[in-house]
Amino acid sequence: MAEKLTIGKALNLGLRRALEADPKVLIMGEDVGKLGGVFRITDGLQKDFGEERVIDTPLAESGIIGTAVGLAIRGYRPVCEIQFDGFVYPAYDQIVSQVAKMHYRSQGRVKMPMVIRIPFGGGIGAVEHHSESPEAYFAHTAGLKVVSCATPEDAYVMIQQAVASDDPIVFLEPKRRYYEKGDVEVDADLAGAYPLHASRVARPGTDVTVLAYGPMVRTALDAANAASADGRELEVIDLRTLSPLDLDPVFESVRRTGRCVVVHEAPSNVGLGAELAARITEQCFYSLEAPVLRVTGYDTPYPAARLEEEFLPDLDRVLDAVDRTFGW
Amino acid sequence: MTKGRGAGGESAPEFVQLLTPDGERIDKVTGADGVEYTVDFTDDEYRGLYRDLVVVRKLDAEATALQRQGELGIWASLLGQEAAQVGSGRALRQQDMAFPTYREHGVLYCRGIDPIMPLSLFRGVDHGAWDPNQFRFNMYTIVIGAQTLHATGYAMGITKDGKVGNDDGEAVIAYFGDGASAQGDVNEAFIWASVFNAPIVFFCQNNQYAISEPIEKQTRVPLYQRASGFGFPGVRVDGNDVLASYAVTRAALDHARHGQGPTLIEAYTYRMGAHTTTDDPTRYRMAGEVESWQARDPIARVRAFIAKQQIAGDDFFTEVDELARRESLALRERVLAMPDPDPLTIFEHVYPHGSPLIDSQRQGFAEYMDSFEGSSH
Repeated sequence: MAEKLTIGKALNLGLRRALEADPKVLIMGEDVGKLGGVFRITDGLQKDFGEERVIDTPLAESGIIGTAVGLAIRGYRPVCEIQFDGFVYPAYDQIVSQVAKMHYRSQGRVKMPMVIRIPFGGGIGAVEHHSESPEAYFAHTAGLKVVSCATPEDAYVMIQQAVASDDPIVFLEPKRRYYEKGDVEVDADLAGAYPLHASRVARPGTDVTVLAYGPMVRTALDAANAASADGRELEVIDLRTLSPLDLDPVFESVRRTGRCVVVHEAPSNVGLGAELAARITEQCFYSLEAPVLRVTGYDTPYPAARLEEEFLPDLDRVLDAVDRTFGW
Repeated sequence: MTKGRGAGGESAPEFVQLLTPDGERIDKVTGADGVEYTVDFTDDEYRGLYRDLVVVRKLDAEATALQRQGELGIWASLLGQEAAQVGSGRALRQQDMAFPTYREHGVLYCRGIDPIMPLSLFRGVDHGAWDPNQFRFNMYTIVIGAQTLHATGYAMGITKDGKVGNDDGEAVIAYFGDGASAQGDVNEAFIWASVFNAPIVFFCQNNQYAISEPIEKQTRVPLYQRASGFGFPGVRVDGNDVLASYAVTRAALDHARHGQGPTLIEAYTYRMGAHTTTDDPTRYRMAGEVESWQARDPIARVRAFIAKQQIAGDDFFTEVDELARRESLALRERVLAMPDPDPLTIFEHVYPHGSPLIDSQRQGFAEYMDSFEGSSH
């Protein structure tokens, strides 16, 4: 049965299903209990599953991830909430040096079936440290997988798939899209769901391939609608999985369109767009009519809220890049 | 109590001691935590402790020699810390879980684990892979202090599993050093353990140095006193006294397994050797200081006690030396026989569920290797 849910509610319901499915699943984080998290993603879960499973932790991110490592060694499956993107750095050492490496260090004997949920990206008018896009740090780290959802349906399914996976997964939630609604098949069987580590064509098209993930999928789709009115059909691919990347659908698309634009909020320098451009160039060199172009945040710290509209990629900047691919 | 502002220095520390450096047995002593400590060992158990101390030191010396001969890449010697490790290691019950640093070779030995196990890490063959749950002994952790959080989380899991509150309860021991006491992770572990009343013992071997930096660079109060600020008991023990180290650790573990929460133990000891084989301690400490600690040697006092009490005679000491020699020789032979890993294992175990990126890199690397004439790949 399809229900109209926001991304936030879909995540909440997905977490509830995960807690029901496996008694070893725990939720840990700051304010995740009575408050339901600052974005209410864990709303009502402590009430229904108890303080032993939905744990309000002390305010220390390294402690959240470090104790989750120990709980995972003990056989638990912690789902850790980091309150905001800019607050993940105190946990960075535990994530990179311990979570990511434990399976390798133990030659497969110790698994870290952990999900690290991070609301990421800008667009909410926040103060410093609340609007960042740290995905490249994690995608660069062997041993971690990184995914991002863009729709309520994906939010509901992907969070359950991430919790069920034995891989440690950084789960990036597009915080400014938490309140966008869409249909969610709440009774669908996970076994038949679209795979977690797979990209997906969000809108078919013939003229330019536009790659996006998380909050920028909506922006890319808006740009595609506008371009369509001008007679250009953009193919929008929602990457969904940032590490490992799933690029076969991308290569297939670029070989058809000959043009590609990558969109992300994170700065361009050594970002995911650079990796995508390199891989596409290696695989689609003879099909390309123009270089792969990037539309990204600038290589500055995230600016003050009243400047973020200028900083963030938007419909016009995407269309401008699309135009430029026809200028070669 | 130490005099002056620092926690180290020349002033004699007040600590729990049951065996003096001269081998005199102290019947019982009350620690700063108000607990009365004693031990009640049979002659056989005294002999067993002596045997462990001697074997552990000999294996350590063999590993240092192997490094000097180029057979290990590096070695972190426990020389001087044998009593703290054997005492605390023997205090663990079967069901308990230990989270070591990279220097807990003595604890590992006392857990009944084959001493060859960590040598692959130091030889550079692997990163020290084993199953923590099988051995009740986590893998060595190299990042300073990181394992104290893992230990705390594991202990929280014990509580969730309902495995505390009686004699069969489980407890965790987290090892770390004086240097680690300055790390944020260690302080966060104290907070978590306290707030969640986790069944854990924090066992700090204060060996006076974090590589070159003396304890005064890490703290202005004796380390065991830190515990009170976090809301659990702290006690300082003579870390060169195997009996006291055993008694204090056993009591703290039992306290934890009965659901009474964490304890911080500061085992006051001395790193007689270098930090690791890459270090040169003559650059930062005086020979006289090392000599003064030589007089407090953890093994000599047990030998003196056993001899004085006529628990064993010369034959026993000779036997133990011979056993240690045989075990260290066996260790040497097995280290030399360790094969280098297959290059393709670089790509193994990155993820439980694999990764297409790594699969393609493995394939590319294999093809590259095969491209060499006469390649066996």
